[in-house]
Amino acid sequence: MSMLIYLIPVALFLGGSALLGFLWALRSGQYDDLDGAAERVLLDDGASESPAPNIHHRG
Amino acid sequence: MSCCAPGAELPATDLALPSDDDLRLAARDLGDGRWQADLSVPAVHCGACIGTVETALGRLDGVEGARVNLSTRRVSVRWKGDAVPPLVPTLARLGYPPNLASESDAGPDRALSELLRAVAISGFAAGNIMLLSVSVWSGAEGATRDLFHWVSALIALPALAFAGGIYYRSAWSALRHGRMNMDVPIAIGITMAYALSLYETVTSGPHAYFDAAVTLLFFLLIGRTLDHVMRDRARAAVLGLTRLMPRGGVVVDEDGARSYRPLEEIEPGMRVIVAAGERVPVDARVEEGASDLDCAIVTGESAPRAVAPGAEIQAGTLNLTGPLTVTALAPASGSFLAEMMRMMEAAEGGRARYRRIADRVSALYSPVVHLTALASFLGWMMVDGDWHRAITIAIAVLIITCPCALGLAVPIVQVVAARRLFEHGIMVRDGSAMERLAEADHAVFDKTGTLTLGRPRLVNEAEIDREHLQVAAALAAYSRHPLARTIAARAAHTGPAFDAVVEHPGLGIEGGSDGSIWRLGRASWAATSAQDEQGTILSRDGVLIARFASEDTVRPGAAVAVAALAKKLGPVEMLSGDTKIACRDIAAKVNIERCTGELMPQDKVARIERLASEGRKVLMVGDGLNDAPALAAAHVSMAPATAADVGRNAADFVFLRDSLAAVPLALDVARRAGRLVRQNLVLAIAYNVIAVPIAILGYVTPLVAAIAMSASSILVIANALRLMPANRAEQGDALTSLIAPEPAR
Repeated sequence: MSMLIYLIPVALFLGGSALLGFLWALRSGQYDDLDGAAERVLLDDGASESPAPNIHHRG
Repeated sequence: MSCCAPGAELPATDLALPSDDDLRLAARDLGDGRWQADLSVPAVHCGACIGTVETALGRLDGVEGARVNLSTRRVSVRWKGDAVPPLVPTLARLGYPPNLASESDAGPDRALSELLRAVAISGFAAGNIMLLSVSVWSGAEGATRDLFHWVSALIALPALAFAGGIYYRSAWSALRHGRMNMDVPIAIGITMAYALSLYETVTSGPHAYFDAAVTLLFFLLIGRTLDHVMRDRARAAVLGLTRLMPRGGVVVDEDGARSYRPLEEIEPGMRVIVAAGERVPVDARVEEGASDLDCAIVTGESAPRAVAPGAEIQAGTLNLTGPLTVTALAPASGSFLAEMMRMMEAAEGGRARYRRIADRVSALYSPVVHLTALASFLGWMMVDGDWHRAITIAIAVLIITCPCALGLAVPIVQVVAARRLFEHGIMVRDGSAMERLAEADHAVFDKTGTLTLGRPRLVNEAEIDREHLQVAAALAAYSRHPLARTIAARAAHTGPAFDAVVEHPGLGIEGGSDGSIWRLGRASWAATSAQDEQGTILSRDGVLIARFASEDTVRPGAAVAVAALAKKLGPVEMLSGDTKIACRDIAAKVNIERCTGELMPQDKVARIERLASEGRKVLMVGDGLNDAPALAAAHVSMAPATAADVGRNAADFVFLRDSLAAVPLALDVARRAGRLVRQNLVLAIAYNVIAVPIAILGYVTPLVAAIAMSASSILVIANALRLMPANRAEQGDALTSLIAPEPAR
């Protein structure tokens, strides 16, 4: 049972990093336009390369 | 209708585009001389549109970046420098006429972000705790079990504090106002479960309910988020279409200086210039100039009204043909538009009184659950006097009855239903709208813009010589008058070239070609030989050449929709501000027997209130500003997307496509959703009827609770999914096929 000492922290760490990743994606506005994201993959490179204005977290 | 071919489709409606001054007022200062404005572009609907819009805007001088948000149909543009780049003309030229995004919904949706974060955290906690719990259930004992319980307690604490905070706040605000909602038993349930489990952990007990508390939270938050997303989506799209009233007007000072002032600063007595194509900002009297006004959103009348000096005009009407100088008669707050807003607030009818089915259930549910838990505690105390056992069982009752399935029962159905409606171009304001629509038993239609498209159609095209039609079209291309636009659209612009084209407001257009004078317009003005005639004609040097007869186009699917409503819903009637003759004409075409014309907005409200006092639940379908109070007064209301912004905001449902078949379709979906909601509630209650006795008898372990909870939630979700079209055959059913397919994506 001694492997639990490191297995539980490892499990929590992996889960926790996924959680942090999600929170980061949410904060950086990647969930603001789900429909648009689905269509943007079809655009030619360069068409959407203009720097994105600050459309999220303005307050 | 082709998708995204630039300029392929000129805006058919007479949209008054926002001016640069409007844009400047709406833009936000980012510092360093940089500005950002959000424009709503309802025409954007696919990936190619994103590319077209972003590339075109990005090429303009001064523009630093443009980004389209397809979900909210907006484009956010950032530019540097004091001069506003020609954003609006560029977008309009590309075929994406923009509106200013309204202030109220600017910025990200905080509530949704918080819900998503809460779902993520509770999901993380639920997964990890479940992992540990399964080990305990599989037989971990002694120190290992205690360790697992302690780790679970540590993981659950932040999840409860953050994700549970949403429920604690809501429950507390309900209790403080002496009300009861579904969040009260949830908050009590998860807190008690956590407290009991902590006690068990400290005393090395065998059963801890950490997994139940957190999983419950996770499931409930999913339901809540879905509910919010569904509402939010509809709201964003409805507001995205919003055409705001002018934000100001060009005021002429006494010394002749012109300045653009925001609406609030325009006071009675000020002289304001209203250019052709602009909306009148405040109630005013015409001082100089002559023009035609489109009063459709105010009076519902389809034909434009000619105005001359001395005429009083109302805020919100659209100046069509000539520039006007007007004197303001009332401040913006006292104008016709503000008056309508007040009437709407006063008229708030069924909507304010209606209580959502979930609230009605929870008002009954919470006391019953808490009394049952209390009774089991007292019962066990009397039976064996072991207070630890009695409390454990009472809390198990609370956990097992925690309205997990009940919390999902209503929103999941409404999300699926809203999704179905959305696929057919119908947007729903919120879940209660769907419940109210299912109850409606009397339909009331407006005429102009609702039963009809509000666009004139040429009825005698076949009788007109092709050559003459082309001459008329070439002349008509110079005008914004609705009939002129129709004529211009009927023929390719290959007619003769005109010089010295003059539009005579209220009369028609005049132009010279090959030494003769052509006139298109009112018969008595255009031709000397046609003094007594009504209608529109084309003349050369005063000689009648061709007559143009027009009528308003009946909306596609109107007759079918009326027939379907008469069969499924009950009586159908028509209330209109237009003339009685025009009303009878349209009523006969769509088979409405009862029609009333020449009504003022308050008359419509009065009629709806009388119906309501007779116990009828009225479905109002209307579009204009004049319908807005009636839309607010009705039990439930629908508006086409072409409606005036106020009307659209007052409506519960907005349909995006032309066909009126959307109305019976929405009714169908709402009724089926209503049935499924009731089934789900019955399922959730039946689950409790079985589970509660088991809990009271003391047989519930954390494992049993976890299985029971998941099973009931899955059952409820599966039942809701039955609303999705089951197969192709259903998708092709009669009503659905009436609605034109969406433009190719």
